[in-house]
Amino acid sequence: MSERKMTIGGKLYDKEQLRAATVLLLPLLIAILVLFIFPVFRVVFYSFSNYNLIKRNDFRIIGLDNFTYLFTDVKFGKALRNTFTFALSKLLLDTSIALVVALVLDTRIPLRHYLRSAYFAPVVVPIVASSLIWIWFFDPGIGPFNQIRAFLGLKPSQWIYGEKTALFSIVLFSIWKGVGYNIVLFLSGLQNIPDSYIEAAQVDGATNMQILWKIKLPLLRPITNFVIMMGIINTFKVFAEVNVMTPKGGPLYSTSLIVNYIYEQAFTNGKMGRACAASILLFAIIYLLTLIQNRMNASKTIDVE
Amino acid sequence: MAKKRKHTNWLGFVLLTAGSLIMIFPFIWMILSSFKTVSDVYAYPPRWIPSHWEFDNYVKVFQMIPFGRYYLNSIYTSVMQTLMEITICIMGAYAFVALDFPGKKMLNSLVRSTMFVPTIVTLIPMYVMVSKAHLVDTYAGIMLPQILSAFTLYLLVSFFSTIPKDLFDSAKLDGCGYYRILLNVVIPNSKSSISTAVMFAFLGHWKSYTWPLIITNKQQYRTLPIGMKYLVQESSSEYQVMMAASVMAIVPVLVVYMIFEKQLVKSITLTGMKA
Repeated sequence: MSERKMTIGGKLYDKEQLRAATVLLLPLLIAILVLFIFPVFRVVFYSFSNYNLIKRNDFRIIGLDNFTYLFTDVKFGKALRNTFTFALSKLLLDTSIALVVALVLDTRIPLRHYLRSAYFAPVVVPIVASSLIWIWFFDPGIGPFNQIRAFLGLKPSQWIYGEKTALFSIVLFSIWKGVGYNIVLFLSGLQNIPDSYIEAAQVDGATNMQILWKIKLPLLRPITNFVIMMGIINTFKVFAEVNVMTPKGGPLYSTSLIVNYIYEQAFTNGKMGRACAASILLFAIIYLLTLIQNRMNASKTIDVE
Repeated sequence: MAKKRKHTNWLGFVLLTAGSLIMIFPFIWMILSSFKTVSDVYAYPPRWIPSHWEFDNYVKVFQMIPFGRYYLNSIYTSVMQTLMEITICIMGAYAFVALDFPGKKMLNSLVRSTMFVPTIVTLIPMYVMVSKAHLVDTYAGIMLPQILSAFTLYLLVSFFSTIPKDLFDSAKLDGCGYYRILLNVVIPNSKSSISTAVMFAFLGHWKSYTWPLIITNKQQYRTLPIGMKYLVQESSSEYQVMMAASVMAIVPVLVVYMIFEKQLVKSITLTGMKA
């Protein structure tokens, strides 16, 4: 029997199982190696180089020059600020709208299924095709939004064509597009809260507000954390809608986000090294924010069980 | 999981209905407007229903851009990517659920870390790699870099974990090897969950944007999202034509969504809870 088993790291494994595992996991391992690990090391390596698509032969390692360039580049600073503004406003609005809609959907309500579907529909729709609809909505001349504003007696807005309004217009689109995803997550969390908890609180004479703050929201915390974490990751890498609606970064770079900056440096200017440095900073920001968020919720999580 | 509440929440119902109308309004606007004439588009006060149903907008889409070609490119690349992704993930997920091997924990955290490094971070090395392999402007160049998905893998892991262990054990007693168990027990018992994962992967590939954008220069390799991005510039505000193109890109997805909605929503909650 012993030749059918072998020990690795002090643990006994079945040889046949090991062979099967190797074969089955091989494609996955290759994909991870080629499509993840290798590019991750390369991006770090390139970020210390002057790698240029146009002057490939002049490849040199230039230390931290790309990073010092970024910290002094006005455009990068602007992209950084825009990205934070975008992420913060989207996270706040998206999460709170989703939470409120989910809380209401969780009550006894007619046509609940239809309503949930309506909120979720924009999530599955391709982003470019739906951006085209909104480009028309945002048209200062013949767009429905300005026609509604005119009807209400308001001055027309420039929407995606105005320096002050462009970024917020895209936030608006982005909420419409994505809020359904968070609604579904929150709703599933709410439906997992045992009815008995709520009933017990009602028997004890708790008001709806107390039930919300003392039972529902604390129990929803794991979902809220997940929603916020995914929100951070997703809002910081936003690109498609911005690139489609404001292809040149918007009026006075008002919608230029970090990803747009990376794209422009790499594929318009050919400055691959610099773009890689910006990619690394983007990752560092996302990583730090999710870390902070994790720390914060670790100290706040209430253990109910 | 219906809650036992006595009163119907009418106020909430009215609010949510209003909100849901806002959510679906763009789709209604898109469909109606795709049949509008130019004078309807510029009409003030705005005209909701076309004064005359203009089907020419749909023809124009095909005249202005090689829309059919884009469509086929998207179908071809999305189907192939989905096939590759699902095959890799079914094999991997089965190994994770049913087999014991060293380094399982490490591999798991490696897969997990791919979820937290947005693809944009590795975009440039990936582009360099693909261009060094002379795969710019090829289908392989569009497809291969996009076949790794931790999301699909975890989705399948959570599906496969629900298969009763007894089924594995009795198959083993019947003398089935590990590959046979995968083919004869796991896959037949997870048909509906695998099709959910397939739908998910397909929808993801169908709307993929950044990678196909940078890896295609020649018009003939553009996928639908890329072609439609350029339509905006080329149609110079012929909104009714843009809407016709959007209808053709969106309606198939909405139909798929309506058929598979339950599974899609369930998978989101499943992976959402697990992650």
